[in-house]
Amino acid sequence: MRMTRTIAGLGLAAVAALALTACNSGSPTSPGSGDADGGETTEALWEVASDVSLEGSPTYDRMVEQDGVVVGVKNDQPGLGYEDAVTGERTGFDVDIARWIAASLGFDEDQITFQTIPSANREQAIVNGDIDYYVGTYSITDSRKQQIDFAGPYFITGQGLLVAADDDSINGPDDLAGKVVCSVTGSTPLQRIRDEYSPGDTVENDTYSQCVEQLKQGQVDAITTDEAILAGYVALEPDALKIAGEPFSEERYGVGLPKGDTALKDHINALFTDGGDVWTALFEEHLAPAGISGEQPAVDE
Amino acid sequence: MGVISNNLDVWWDGLLGTLILFVAGGLVALVLGTIVGAMRVSPIPIARAMGTLYVNTIRNTPLTLVFFAFAFALPPLFGLRLTAPVPLLLAICALGIYTATYVAETIRSGINTVPVGQAEAARALGLTFGQVMTLVVMPQAFRSVIPPLMSVLIALLKNTTVAAGFSVVNLGSVRAYLSERGENQLFVILWVAVVFVALVLLLSWLQRSLENRWRVAR
Amino acid sequence: MSSVLYDVPGPKAIARNRILGVVTVVVALAILGFFVWRLAATGQFTAEKWSAFTYTNVWIQIGEAALSTLSAFIVAAIGALALGFLLAIGRLSEHAWVRRPFTAVIEVLRAVPVLVFMFLLYYGLPAIGVRMETYWAVVIALIAYNGSVLAEVFRAGVESLPLGQKEAGYAIGLRKSGVMRLILLPQAVRAMMPVIIAQLVVTLKDTALGYIITYEELLFYARYIGSQAALGSPIVPATIVVAAIYIGLCLLLSLVATTVEKRLRRSPRGGVVAGANQPTQEVTDTELIVAQRGLGKFNPGAGGGV
Repeated sequence: MRMTRTIAGLGLAAVAALALTACNSGSPTSPGSGDADGGETTEALWEVASDVSLEGSPTYDRMVEQDGVVVGVKNDQPGLGYEDAVTGERTGFDVDIARWIAASLGFDEDQITFQTIPSANREQAIVNGDIDYYVGTYSITDSRKQQIDFAGPYFITGQGLLVAADDDSINGPDDLAGKVVCSVTGSTPLQRIRDEYSPGDTVENDTYSQCVEQLKQGQVDAITTDEAILAGYVALEPDALKIAGEPFSEERYGVGLPKGDTALKDHINALFTDGGDVWTALFEEHLAPAGISGEQPAVDE
Repeated sequence: MGVISNNLDVWWDGLLGTLILFVAGGLVALVLGTIVGAMRVSPIPIARAMGTLYVNTIRNTPLTLVFFAFAFALPPLFGLRLTAPVPLLLAICALGIYTATYVAETIRSGINTVPVGQAEAARALGLTFGQVMTLVVMPQAFRSVIPPLMSVLIALLKNTTVAAGFSVVNLGSVRAYLSERGENQLFVILWVAVVFVALVLLLSWLQRSLENRWRVAR
Repeated sequence: MSSVLYDVPGPKAIARNRILGVVTVVVALAILGFFVWRLAATGQFTAEKWSAFTYTNVWIQIGEAALSTLSAFIVAAIGALALGFLLAIGRLSEHAWVRRPFTAVIEVLRAVPVLVFMFLLYYGLPAIGVRMETYWAVVIALIAYNGSVLAEVFRAGVESLPLGQKEAGYAIGLRKSGVMRLILLPQAVRAMMPVIIAQLVVTLKDTALGYIITYEELLFYARYIGSQAALGSPIVPATIVVAAIYIGLCLLLSLVATTVEKRLRRSPRGGVVAGANQPTQEVTDTELIVAQRGLGKFNPGAGGGV
């Protein structure tokens, strides 16, 4: 008897607590407030293509069969690939490039499924067929080309360092002796820092947002990854973070595709080459406000 | 095979990491487990209650969650800077605190296997607490405690792999390093599994031989 | 009142115990106070840190993560029980050519850490072209490991039964399968219920390992919500909430399983095996020997009443 009464009491308390949470069903201010009305701006940039026929692309055939596109993206890179934790809304340069590609293949917003895939699992996901293509700060490298193909590049940036705003001891990759550097498991910046420079210690996490948290709390001294990603975090918190020094490598972002699907690759490359206006508009909306400058690169053949 | 001989440095680091986690975690667990076990069998009701609370809470918590709390929730609380030894120390603490509960339970059950009459007779002879423990209780309890304790240590060895998810170098994280170098992941993981089977079978053999030597006749 | 360690306390002992009790409480409060101070000093009690948990959407996502955990657990539990039966029957066979392979399989599956198994399924198999989702990697690894442990548990249970049960079964004309199915296994399961329940709790706890292969369960969600700068980076509150949920789930499971066990027990005789509080995660060789000989040596629940 006492047990049922305590359980009933606990149940009522839980329901009451849950009711209180209904106070807040919106979301906190999302970063890059230009993206708040993302739907309106980007819809005007392109139209969903109709009567698309792409011959010889097994990936495209699969998309048609499932009447939808599954795109791999990141969810914690403000300005590039970001998902609001509360509303689930996806914003960012990479995300809009993915939408642009889907539209060119004849799929509109409702037919796109975004899947968050961390850096270490990208090749796996493409090879397994879990996603159709990947747009998420995916650097083109030869070792990755052994497993997958790339379309693009659609953006060029370089590896940089993010430090606390009041830290003047680090001005470049050569100042890292005795410092703790953070990055993400399986990313090229981490491999490069370990191989070519000699940091004090390295910390690996699964996501950059964890690294940013550790940097703000003084657990690590610097974060290394592509400047485009770092700039997004600086734009969120310009008083706490800053970029140190100049980029010290070249990273070329491409669209990850299943190996051998040249038809899809050519289609996307043509889209990039012919769509300079769309590219510029997206760049102005997402990346220019963070202080990055850049122009559209030529695609590889 | 090539996977091992080309990457001996990674495998050696991994093996060393696992052994460090095992030995250090085991020591922490034994010390803390003995203290908690002593609390659970002590005549002080508060100590018994606290010991029981600790054991029952940790036994219902996943090891991954304990690691998670140590790796992500503790550094902000104490302002720790993550130089190389710090994640390793956090991992050792997590393993030690988790395994200590099982050590405590093993010690408690070991002490309880000694018949009360033995202790009462010893006390009737006028032996002090220290003498009762060292001359009468512990030798008998020791024999019952060692085999389950070996099982706990075997479980600890297998649990060291969880540290791979938290930025600590051990056999479990070998896979991530070698995949960055482009090795075939299936063979890497199979070799890791083989190493573990070998280590566990070794410890199991040790456990069985100790048990046979010290089997208590009743 | 007297136990192995201490005699019935006299007046001096009572006074000493009281003092020691006070000292223990003071030490415990000091440690607790230290943690609370650190929590307050880093601002973990501010409304900003807990703001994430005022959003219904966040709670819905926590609920979904909990459902992922539970769905992996239920499928793994059923699979482990089934595999355990299968392996136990093979292990108990009288033919050596059946028994030896099954013993080898059980030993190997018990020796490989669960996480390494999950790695093998999720990262290793794609290398030979077999695709596997995180869900199935978690579930199959759990089934393999817990199934092999449960096989040993069932075997210990069967071997702890008096020989007369089996002989009576043969005497009334049942064959091996009948004896096993109708007489030995039901009693073995009833006798070993506490150990089986403990192993199921272990299965639930091990679903958390899925976090490391990016299976989207509770810990994964805690890490995700905990690193959202827009919500104040509530890593410590997220850890506390998820820890409470996990402990609650495990306790609930133990409660449900114990209630089911009590309802199913038709006869008061539960066999002569170890008591409800298993000191270790798996049945040790000593306990198996004890169980086979019908002795009640490892009975942590009894003895001294401490």
